[in-house]
Amino acid sequence: MRLRNSYPGIALGFLVGLATTAAAASDRELRVCADPNNLPFSNSAEAGFENRLAAMVAEHFGLQVSYTWWAQRRGFIRNTLKAGKCDVVMGVPSGYDLVETTKPYYRSSYVFVTRQDQHLELSSLLDPRLHHLAIGVHLIGDDGNNPPPAQALGEQGIVDNVRGYSIYGDYREANPPARLIEAVESGSLDVAAAWGPLGGYFAQRSLVPLTVMPIRDYERFAPQQFQFAIAMGVRKGDDALRDRLNAFIDEHRSEITSLLLSYGVPLVDQPAMVSGGHE
Amino acid sequence: MKDPGQWPMAARDYANTRYSNLDQINTSNASRLQLAWTFSVGADRGQEAAPLVVDGTMYVVGPYAGPYPNRVFALDATSGELKWSYAPKPEPAAAGVACCDVVNRGLAFDNGKVFLNTLDNHTVAIDAKTGKELWHTKLGEINTGETITMAPVVVKGKVLVGNSGGEMGVRGWVTALDENTGAIAWRAYATGPDKDVLIGDDFKPFYDSLKGKDLGVKTWPADRWQVGGGTMWGWISYDAELNLIYYGTANPSPWNANQRSGDNLWSTTIFARDPDTGRAKWAYQINPHDLFDHDEINENVLVDLELNGQPRKVLIHPGRNGYMYVMDRATGEVISADAFEFVNAYNGVDLKTGKIIPNEEKTPLAGKTVENICPAAPGAKDWQPTAWSPRTKLLYVPHQHLCMNFKASQVGYIAGTPYVGADVDMYAGPGGHRGEFMAWDPVARKKVWEIHEKLPVWSGALVTAGDVAFYGTMDRLFKAVDAKDGHVLWQFRAGSGFIGQPISYRGSDGQQYIAILSGVGGWPGVVANAEVDPRVRNGALGFVGATQDLPFYTAGGSELLVFKLGGANGEDTSHAPSK
Repeated sequence: MRLRNSYPGIALGFLVGLATTAAAASDRELRVCADPNNLPFSNSAEAGFENRLAAMVAEHFGLQVSYTWWAQRRGFIRNTLKAGKCDVVMGVPSGYDLVETTKPYYRSSYVFVTRQDQHLELSSLLDPRLHHLAIGVHLIGDDGNNPPPAQALGEQGIVDNVRGYSIYGDYREANPPARLIEAVESGSLDVAAAWGPLGGYFAQRSLVPLTVMPIRDYERFAPQQFQFAIAMGVRKGDDALRDRLNAFIDEHRSEITSLLLSYGVPLVDQPAMVSGGHE
Repeated sequence: MKDPGQWPMAARDYANTRYSNLDQINTSNASRLQLAWTFSVGADRGQEAAPLVVDGTMYVVGPYAGPYPNRVFALDATSGELKWSYAPKPEPAAAGVACCDVVNRGLAFDNGKVFLNTLDNHTVAIDAKTGKELWHTKLGEINTGETITMAPVVVKGKVLVGNSGGEMGVRGWVTALDENTGAIAWRAYATGPDKDVLIGDDFKPFYDSLKGKDLGVKTWPADRWQVGGGTMWGWISYDAELNLIYYGTANPSPWNANQRSGDNLWSTTIFARDPDTGRAKWAYQINPHDLFDHDEINENVLVDLELNGQPRKVLIHPGRNGYMYVMDRATGEVISADAFEFVNAYNGVDLKTGKIIPNEEKTPLAGKTVENICPAAPGAKDWQPTAWSPRTKLLYVPHQHLCMNFKASQVGYIAGTPYVGADVDMYAGPGGHRGEFMAWDPVARKKVWEIHEKLPVWSGALVTAGDVAFYGTMDRLFKAVDAKDGHVLWQFRAGSGFIGQPISYRGSDGQQYIAILSGVGGWPGVVANAEVDPRVRNGALGFVGATQDLPFYTAGGSELLVFKLGGANGEDTSHAPSK
């Protein structure tokens, strides 16, 4: 019963103790928490790039992958990794406060997705055409949480021609955040401002040719960031697993990059390799 | 309900007074209160429910937790003997959808039936004698972020229920079900066109800014009302003479205030509706274009006051925004709106236009650190209900005393979308205490007395004809205070902190009883009973910063505590005083 295991205030160090125990209990398994319905990242058929990456990690360590599935919304880390149900989450922003992050293994950008036949080639947030086009963005309900494009468009007064899509969507449907890209495909939007991996993947598979352009000219909208380095996440204090994953990332950068490109993930500003010539 | 010995709905009466006409327990003997019996609901998360007592039987519901989530128990209200229990089988995924702990705020009773709302959006009718399920109706969809946490209210044969989930981008509604069949009679949305909000020709808001067609669409950017929030997870009151129900709606969604230009009607709005048809008679928006998550689902207490020599039928709405609204409940006119807490997020309420005056300096902006916004996101008072005594003519108000800093910098991640979120950091308001229990005089428009508490006072209030007011604290004390001056008469240290609703009733032995659920949790309490890290100040939407030390005072619990004068049941109580 997970609630019994975590009275955080009795001894703050207890969480760390729990983490060590959980890691020790998984000598033969790489225990991963993932969303069962969120391509291109993961799904229960293990068809996402985070599933493929987990398989690569497990193979390298000689382990079997086991999954705990949980919708990746509010409370995901709390109900999965922190509850001891797994030891790693394959994709979180580098430095994400709720977990201990590995070295980043890719860096992507928010993108504009448009139909090729529209010839818009949008890439700048300051493009005056944004005042007139039908633009779609994801919206988050939680206090203070701002998807960067929604925030930046709002700061320019671009509101009435923006359509909001709940980031959570309807979970009965496949890959609910993908409704945003499908709206471009169907013509109900001129442009979607989406996180790169989502936009890139669904654009790659679209029956209508789509254009994916990383968003630039975002400096004036700081602290809204439009590029994020993505790492793996382990429980705070699980330094041993973090170090093993770091070594894996260093040794497999080119395979990881190939994997991401095969899923259409737009990569930007790949940081210099520091692994000593494995590239 | 006429019989003062009963407690048939969470607020006891349609006016939402939480006043008990029993006076056996009074200011001179309350110090002799002792435990009569206890009962565990077996679900160790936030216990916000009010027990009900009808015809000698107590009905109580647990939160969504443990092996039998949202289980209902029927107990002999005098002996504590268990008569039956009913365990629904709500969908496990519901727990992952609820925003702020998996609480349930209580049941309703009418006409031999007990009505239950489950977290996964079902309303259930249970035979009060046998515990047998009579019908259930699904009202919402967890897959789109909806849950239900509020206590239902039954008015004229209709069970009234609202949804939760403003944090998930849902669209708020209140639904009426036939109490005999569970069939949906009407549903009134809080956003969208007039036909969905049930606004017609008979809609007469007091203020001009609220007049016009389809304002639930026009006060939003195109289509944004579809994910606009305005849920209803608080309290419903009812005036039989005017035949109107009253309730307030929650914050607009989503957060990006700059992507929802306009007033965002009908979020943070008090509605007066005809319970038979659901049609709105008037409405009043409290926080147009809300920036601070200042839901206004708080209760509307219906009282008749003499103001400036005139008898007025008013409703009192202790606002999340820190203002005590006294309104004409027939027309929706704001008679007065005075700050009952330290407020700097707003500069008062303009009684001519009815509009609150925002303080532009406290507007959260990306790239700007806004310090010292008061009240904080949970407001000056959240869901925790007040009590009104017709004897003292005072409103007893449990509430919090918190301010917050807003820094847009935190990187967050949901469902494959990294974003910049705010680092919401809450802390004690001026004076250093984080909670308060106070008495407010709505005629004199001022606070009469106050008791400072270390932690937010997240429990409800009760006041009795013995002039004793009751409330619980998060650091495990259940207190009885003199309703006239706030003098503490008695307190009891329980197993877990209190966020529940105290009630009073008469047992079959003729004794007056006081009951409340112990078990910390809720939005400020998840740090003590769930897997929220107390070291991360901005956890639980920022509330962790304000209750970081809570685990040093309490862990979770699930105990129903029942008190009476002179001790445990079964003992000789002949020394108990009688009036």
